[in-house]
Amino acid sequence: MSRHRIKDVDYDEDDFYDDDDAPADPEEQEFLQQCTTAVLHQLSAGQPSVTATKQEVQDALWHYYNDIEKSVNYLRGKREKEATKLQKSKIQSVPAYPAPPSTAHFSSADFFRDCPWLNVPSHRKADILIEPLYPRLGLLGGAPESGGKLSKLAALAAARKKREGEKAPSLPEASTPPTPKFEQSKITSLDLPGTSRSLRDRLAASGRSTPKASEGSGSLRRLANPSSSPPIPEQPTSGTRKPSVSEVSESMQKVVLEAKEEPELQQRVLTIRASPSTFASTIVGAATGPTAAEPSHLHSNSSDLLRIYGQDHAEPFDFAAPSPDDVVLNAQNTAKGMKSKSAASKSAAAKKGQSDLAGGMKDLSVEDKVTVKSKNLDVISEYKKSTRKRSANFVVIGHVDAGKSTLMGRLLADQGAIDQRTLDRYRREAEKIGKGSFALAWVLDQGSEERARGVTIDIATNQFETDKTAFTIVDAPGHRDFVPNMIAGASQADFAVLVIDSSVGNFESGLKGQTKEHALLVRSMGVQKIVVAVNKMDTVQWDHERFEEIEQQISAFLTTAGFQGSNISFVPCSGVLGDNISRRTNDPHASWYTGRTLIEELETSEPYTHALEKPLRMTIGDVFRGGVQNPLSISGRIDAGSLQMGDHILTMPSGETAIVRSLEVDNEPSDWAVAGQNVILHIANIDPIHLRSGDVVCRPSSPIPTITSFTAKVLAFEHLMPMQVDVHRGRLHVPGRISKLVASLDKASGAAIKKRPKIVGPGVVVRVVVEMDQAVPLEAPTRIVLRAGGSTVAAGLLE
Amino acid sequence: MRCIKNKIEHDGSGAVTLCPTEPEDMWHAYNLIRPGDLLRASAIRRVTTVQDTGSTSSARVHLNLLIRVKNLDFDPQSSQLHVSGQITNETPHTKIGQFHTLDLELNRNFTLEKEVGADGEGSGWDSIAIESLKDAVDEGGKRRAEAVAVVMQEGLAHICFIGQFQTILKQKIEMSVPRKRQGGGDHDKGMNKFFKITLETLLRQMEFNTSLTSGANNEAVRPVLLASPGFVAAGFQKYIQAEASTTTPGLRRLLPSLVVVHSASGYTNSLAEVLQSPAVKTILADTKYARETKLMDDFQEQLRKETNKATYGPREVEFAVEQGAVGRGGGVLIVSNRLFRSQDIAERKRWVGLVDRVRDVEGGEVRILSSDHESGKRLEGLGGIAALLTFPVVEPDFDSDAE
Repeated sequence: MSRHRIKDVDYDEDDFYDDDDAPADPEEQEFLQQCTTAVLHQLSAGQPSVTATKQEVQDALWHYYNDIEKSVNYLRGKREKEATKLQKSKIQSVPAYPAPPSTAHFSSADFFRDCPWLNVPSHRKADILIEPLYPRLGLLGGAPESGGKLSKLAALAAARKKREGEKAPSLPEASTPPTPKFEQSKITSLDLPGTSRSLRDRLAASGRSTPKASEGSGSLRRLANPSSSPPIPEQPTSGTRKPSVSEVSESMQKVVLEAKEEPELQQRVLTIRASPSTFASTIVGAATGPTAAEPSHLHSNSSDLLRIYGQDHAEPFDFAAPSPDDVVLNAQNTAKGMKSKSAASKSAAAKKGQSDLAGGMKDLSVEDKVTVKSKNLDVISEYKKSTRKRSANFVVIGHVDAGKSTLMGRLLADQGAIDQRTLDRYRREAEKIGKGSFALAWVLDQGSEERARGVTIDIATNQFETDKTAFTIVDAPGHRDFVPNMIAGASQADFAVLVIDSSVGNFESGLKGQTKEHALLVRSMGVQKIVVAVNKMDTVQWDHERFEEIEQQISAFLTTAGFQGSNISFVPCSGVLGDNISRRTNDPHASWYTGRTLIEELETSEPYTHALEKPLRMTIGDVFRGGVQNPLSISGRIDAGSLQMGDHILTMPSGETAIVRSLEVDNEPSDWAVAGQNVILHIANIDPIHLRSGDVVCRPSSPIPTITSFTAKVLAFEHLMPMQVDVHRGRLHVPGRISKLVASLDKASGAAIKKRPKIVGPGVVVRVVVEMDQAVPLEAPTRIVLRAGGSTVAAGLLE
Repeated sequence: MRCIKNKIEHDGSGAVTLCPTEPEDMWHAYNLIRPGDLLRASAIRRVTTVQDTGSTSSARVHLNLLIRVKNLDFDPQSSQLHVSGQITNETPHTKIGQFHTLDLELNRNFTLEKEVGADGEGSGWDSIAIESLKDAVDEGGKRRAEAVAVVMQEGLAHICFIGQFQTILKQKIEMSVPRKRQGGGDHDKGMNKFFKITLETLLRQMEFNTSLTSGANNEAVRPVLLASPGFVAAGFQKYIQAEASTTTPGLRRLLPSLVVVHSASGYTNSLAEVLQSPAVKTILADTKYARETKLMDDFQEQLRKETNKATYGPREVEFAVEQGAVGRGGGVLIVSNRLFRSQDIAERKRWVGLVDRVRDVEGGEVRILSSDHESGKRLEGLGGIAALLTFPVVEPDFDSDAE
């Protein structure tokens, strides 16, 4: 009710989209009519039977969101109260209704401009005291507009009341058919030309095109509405509480006259009577003043105290209804954003069914959170249906300056993944700083530092496609300081391309350096297949003997490292010139080589299977700002499981949840992604503080455990003793220490050879306990690498 | 630390009065004071008195309290030492037997008394205690070699203060720096931000005054070691130079003391490599921690050779000493001073006895490593005690009751 008051006072002509007076759509109208009939029937059927006007009923329905029972309760209660009030008014001639808490300062003269009693002689006029500015219903400063919107609190209360109303016990039903005469008399009495009319009535009369409006402004409820209209006193029928129709109509006529005669009295009363507090009107119901609600428990025959709160505790809680939280959320949301939603549609929507409401509310939340509707795809079947090309990830490894980036730059240029113009630009810029030979490497070395120094620092991923396969290149740095980055790259790879500098001296130094370390690393990280690109063959004039020498040494080494002979292949090539990369060399010296070119060799790779069915695991490779629309993005390769848009994800070790707004697979937007794919997730609802590269993304339902200590079976590359090590797993690397050498193991059988060895030498398989300072998301079986002092000391499997 | 009064008897009992002058002295005091000792220091105690009427009044009074030490609490970050125990002297405000926690303060004398109990309680001023006292008392005031080390990698920096006896991790800076990606300048931006925050933190920790007008300009700046794998440290140095020449000229004072060193990672366990690098050695002459680091490297090298001429672990070392392998001609006993901080007096006596035996009977060398140094941490991993042996010793299996 307070909403009405507020609105009435502040009504403005251009306020046409205001909730209450917006014409309801026909569907709602029809619904309203149905409800009205039902209420009227229930009222008349109830014991004691009560009558009410259609308008009154409709107003009540509006307030109770078309809840029939509640409306009936309300009207009944009001009648009872009127009956008791009448007793008093008989004696005192004091209107039973308190003054409205008005919200705005208004001119009383203006307000009562066309009231007949403006013409009363001045000696009869009382001083009209201007109503002080009462706080309007709602939080101070909370409601954005003066009238139309409920404050959050008020909306919350209304929502709660409505919910409780649903559970309220149905009233005892009895019968007295509604008397048209009563209605008639009432309307006439109110439509008397001299009758004072509330501003609201005026508006209703002029503005409404609804049947509600046509029914007239003279609803009983409007009388109850403490405007300037007097109440309708009923004859005290204390014994039976069955007011006869004639009595009522008589008394009404009388009161209307009284009202004409005694405006002063009424005004005086208005000033002395305290208006209902905001709290009270919120709690008891916005629709009625506190006085209207009182009788419901004070005077009703079945004085059920619980009904004060509109709740019957004997009634089992209906869990089908939205939970209190949902109601709160809905109310908050209503108060916040949806201005254009009309009250009528609101009530209709509320009536449409709880399931609808609850479902809608799920999408709403307290904060301005991003919500993405999941398409609920069956990702795995989608994946099987999809006609993607076979995809393969490979990592390019090798000693520093072996020509990895250049070789890959050449591959990309030849496959058209990079356009000639860009390449020309790189060439120009590279020549400008005197590093012309690095132009091709710049395709992958995008960092300013990398370009200035001519060395790859971090891994770079790039895609290209052949007729059969979509490849993802992971270009790893060769420098020993950046082996951690290389480990991150190798963890994303299905197979590896080992680039070897065939020029004199460089091959030998590389073999001692990262050629060896990288090869061991990729092997220990589970890579089976390795393609050896013997690069820079042009510098040794495609010397066949040199190639054979390298082939022999490398294959011997790779075999000892655990690669199968059939999985090792050698290609002599030249990255700078592009010979034997995607085209055969024209060099006459190289005529001895008749094998496959590098690209052909890459295409022989077998398709790789990934753990699609397992719980989601994805190691974050990078956290970055994906652009204006995607303020927070993470990239990485899905290790296991699948993912789709709208999924909720959990990042460990922070334990924070986020939602996937959208995702990209190989830089193409997609709705889903599966294990083995390189993805970029655009996420929301998380603070970037909680995201670091190396963290693991999983599902809240199956989170990855975080641990501070683990046992691992590792192959020692160097001497191991209790020592400080860095633990690497993909992008994740943390400091830790080997706290215990449990036992050295037999390589083949895995049986313990020596318990608690003091130290183990290179090549020994040993079970160690590693402790870390911080909790780290790791779970068995995971391949880990232990490094110390800038070199890899061990690699193995977490147990 | 200054020694005000030294009254140590030949039997090991006696008292010393010391005045700590710098934060590291608190660490020395932490190593000197043992549970069971008597400590006298000034204290502020809140005394609550109850009147006959039942009303209470409390007042803070300055007292000189003598307590029997029960517990020590040392905070290496802020170099604060709290010693709690029972009061043994009577004052107008306290009763004997009440508990009090003394907070030792800089430039305030304290007196430490150790007793030799007849029945083995209290070990008195044993050889280890005397040695730590010598370490603690800085006679010539020449022990000022201190350095600040910033061990960093992309998005991670550790600011450490390297003192004579302690390496204190002052602050860790962790930031997410976007990786390089196609056409993105986020990486450079991220690195710049990372450098900025690291520099700010470093200056704050060093209490470095960047204003040109301040009178602190002639104050010597400690060497600052910037260590990282790759080019991060060099990039940081470049960043500081750029800052010095543009926005904050006060930084120029800092520039000469910057040293860029290579380290294997951005974690503190790569400090060993930093301290062993030639560039650092020239700056920090022959300091204790450099020797300690060298010793640990030698030990690990010996262990690697698998000659059985190096061993570690309490029982193994004790066994080797029994065999006489830690003697003249290269036998070195390496002990972490954590072992001597044991609450258990019998435990301490065990290690003191071992040290005394090696030094006095066997004629071997004993090195006590600071547990707060990187080398000490490495030793901790090996059980806190290790030894280089003069001849190979094959020890029996100890794994029966391992752990």
